[in-house]
Amino acid sequence: MTRDNRLAWINGLLLPLFNVLTAFMVTAVVFILIDVDPIVATKILIYGALGYEEGIGYTLYYATNFIFTGLAVAVAFHAGLFNIGGEGQAYVGGLGTALVALYINPAISAWLVIPLGILGGLTFGALWAIIPGYLQAYRGSHIVITTIMFNFLASALMVYLLVHVLREVGQMSPQSKDFPDAAWIPFVHDIFASMGYKIADSPLNLSILIALIFSVLVWFFLWHTRWGFAIRATGKSPDAAIYSGINPKMIIIVTMCISGALAGLVGINELMGVQHRLLLDFNYGYGFGGIAVALMGRNHPVGIIIAALLFGILYQGGMDLAFEMQNVSRHIVVVMQGFVILFCGGLEYLYKPLLTRFLAPIEASE
Amino acid sequence: MSESNIAIELINVDKHFGAVHANDKVNLSVKSGTIHGIVGENGAGKSTLMSILYGFYQADSGQIKVFDKDFRATSSKQSIEAGIGMVHQHFMLVDNFTVLENVILGSEGGALITQSLEKARIELTRLAKEYGLEVELDIAVEDLSVGMQQRVEILKGLYKGAKVLILDEPTGVLTPQESDELFRIFDALKKQGVTIILITHKLREIMNITDHVSVMRAGKMVAHRETSKTNPEELAELMIGRKVLLNIKKSKAKSGKALLVANNLEIHNEQGLKRVTNVSFEARSGEILGIAGVTGNGQGSLLKALAGILPISKGSIEIMGKTISSESPLNPEQLRNLGVAHVPEDRQKMGMIADFSASETALLGYHNDQEINQGVWLKRSSVKANCESLMEAFDVRPTNPDLKSSNFSGGNQQKLILAREFERNPEVLIIGQPTRGVDIGAIEFIRKRIIEMRDAGKAIILISVELEEIMSLSDRIIVMCDGEITGTVNAEDAEEATLGMMMANALTTNENPDEAEL
Repeated sequence: MTRDNRLAWINGLLLPLFNVLTAFMVTAVVFILIDVDPIVATKILIYGALGYEEGIGYTLYYATNFIFTGLAVAVAFHAGLFNIGGEGQAYVGGLGTALVALYINPAISAWLVIPLGILGGLTFGALWAIIPGYLQAYRGSHIVITTIMFNFLASALMVYLLVHVLREVGQMSPQSKDFPDAAWIPFVHDIFASMGYKIADSPLNLSILIALIFSVLVWFFLWHTRWGFAIRATGKSPDAAIYSGINPKMIIIVTMCISGALAGLVGINELMGVQHRLLLDFNYGYGFGGIAVALMGRNHPVGIIIAALLFGILYQGGMDLAFEMQNVSRHIVVVMQGFVILFCGGLEYLYKPLLTRFLAPIEASE
Repeated sequence: MSESNIAIELINVDKHFGAVHANDKVNLSVKSGTIHGIVGENGAGKSTLMSILYGFYQADSGQIKVFDKDFRATSSKQSIEAGIGMVHQHFMLVDNFTVLENVILGSEGGALITQSLEKARIELTRLAKEYGLEVELDIAVEDLSVGMQQRVEILKGLYKGAKVLILDEPTGVLTPQESDELFRIFDALKKQGVTIILITHKLREIMNITDHVSVMRAGKMVAHRETSKTNPEELAELMIGRKVLLNIKKSKAKSGKALLVANNLEIHNEQGLKRVTNVSFEARSGEILGIAGVTGNGQGSLLKALAGILPISKGSIEIMGKTISSESPLNPEQLRNLGVAHVPEDRQKMGMIADFSASETALLGYHNDQEINQGVWLKRSSVKANCESLMEAFDVRPTNPDLKSSNFSGGNQQKLILAREFERNPEVLIIGQPTRGVDIGAIEFIRKRIIEMRDAGKAIILISVELEEIMSLSDRIIVMCDGEITGTVNAEDAEEATLGMMMANALTTNENPDEAEL
């Protein structure tokens, strides 16, 4: 194995694996501290997420959201931007999707409504991200600060719209009227049923295919187009980018647009796929979860899909865990997520010296 | 204190970095009170060896003796205590601190600083007198010239009680006159019994001022010589293990029409500071125009403006019949399409992307080319094939387009960049520091290629900190100081001394404003 290969292995596979394992070990310590047997808890968690059809459905449904937001964070990251605003971009993107679904002529076919809904989500997510992008590029306001603030703005905007503008007439709760049937993305269990297989009901819908398609598109875009090259060049070395004639300011704006657009797709899964109406906080936690997913997936679509699945498992299994065990709250998922962010993001290279040293003799013997 | 005759002794010092054998059983003994030169190509292991001595790295095996005492430093603090001082290539000074504050940095002694400052002032005045190292103590370091900053570094070492001073490439940033002044200081230090270890790749310096010289190659110490009993040719041969042509033979230039004309250029740098004032020149086909000057006198900004990276504030550039001015700027890509190639000064940060594969570095600046794009698709196979042909044309090794750019040696990185810029058949070549950090074998190769481009009728603008390079390659030389052109000479009439005076022109007026009035 050459030195390059060895480093690629360490960086790509072993490091994230060790980091995640460390995060779980520390979580186990937390379990012990609250008098929970970590082995029993793990069993419940895994069974809850993967042990029965409904659980699997939920896991994949959560994973869909994480793929969208994970891709969003990753694209920005390749341009050297840390987009913390996935939460807000997902929220406003959902508004775009909902506006299409609510105001389109209900007689139009789903084959047109759903793509338009996707377009609405992409556009609104992009628009919400373009402002911080512009401020970073031309005014020097740091993207981390502005995107965080835009999360709060998005939240306030949506509350206003849902209470005063979009609320269904005669309803007390802040949510819109139901989407027309054409704006419903089919559930996976319905599709199976139509083919004669009966599986348990779950929120899993065809949005997961959309997520996978976008994963491929992101991969192709970043590594097989000249624009992806320009984005990665800017992220790795702004000086070299300028030297080659790339305008980093434009790259910042364009990348933020793409990033926001991807986050904006959460609404496809949540609104067109499951809720079938616009409601408060449907985006809750997915924007931030996307950061952890991207970090763990090392900003590569394949890694992101794997990490999103893991987070789906944690979400779904965590719910079951909170339900089964009295002294575990559902917020234990947030704790685990925090540890994953800490070890995959903050302490990314914790094991690198150790692994390099461990693997050096193997290389020498070759 | 019993003074030993040997200041530093290294016995079989060995150091690995992973698979790289940086120091292979190195032996070295430096006599007390002498100037000892260490020469070697980049990557020969000089810096690693000195870093071991200064406590940055620990040797894997071997023994180090300082004044006959066993020595094993795990931090620079221990080295300082043992009497070793180091002046780094890039100064370790706090720019907005005064000279006095910089000197006591790291040896403040106590919570209150006033007392130590007073003590240091007395001690420094004494040292300055003794060694002829006069520096104004209450001036901020950022207001000092580079030569003076270097003095501060030396003073810092002496103040901390250094009896052995290690200097890493100390003349890289100095004018010839400043270098001479530095060597005068070396003499004074030597007379006071200070031992000096000089790391350099400039053989002329070794010949002029050292007593002994050791040559390193590929991690090994290959020879020790008394300077008076060797010559530059022998040292160069020892450094690279074969005979080299240090002077490239070239025919007389057949200069043709002006391809690039600069008229009264004024350029501000990225921070908005005026770096170039009223500069006019023309670059003709079939000719190499050298721009000489001490680093930081506007050549860098001029180069960037010519390549479209910095905007022009005033004046204009005419390239291949197109006029570029502040109203009608062109970006680097548009300039490239006009036939302007640019080899940037900063290879690591601008010329390549360390994390990218060689094939992607070879794509930099040309990623919109039609040959490698098919619709939205950037064809990986074409990118790779393009890199392979560049590597072949310029003998880049290893010939592996997938290898990370940072894993190539400096010389091979530079060759890849030159290949990228030269092989597109440009008309105007703007080349900055073509051989900085490049091994001697590659220097020879690169210089030959530049002359070949000249003979093919290209207009070449060359910037280099190596005066020797400018003099041996250029057909005409312009000298810049403080953003202005202070002289133009034909290469055959150029003498180092006159160029040096031109390079320092504004430097003297800066330091003595009264004299400048006269």
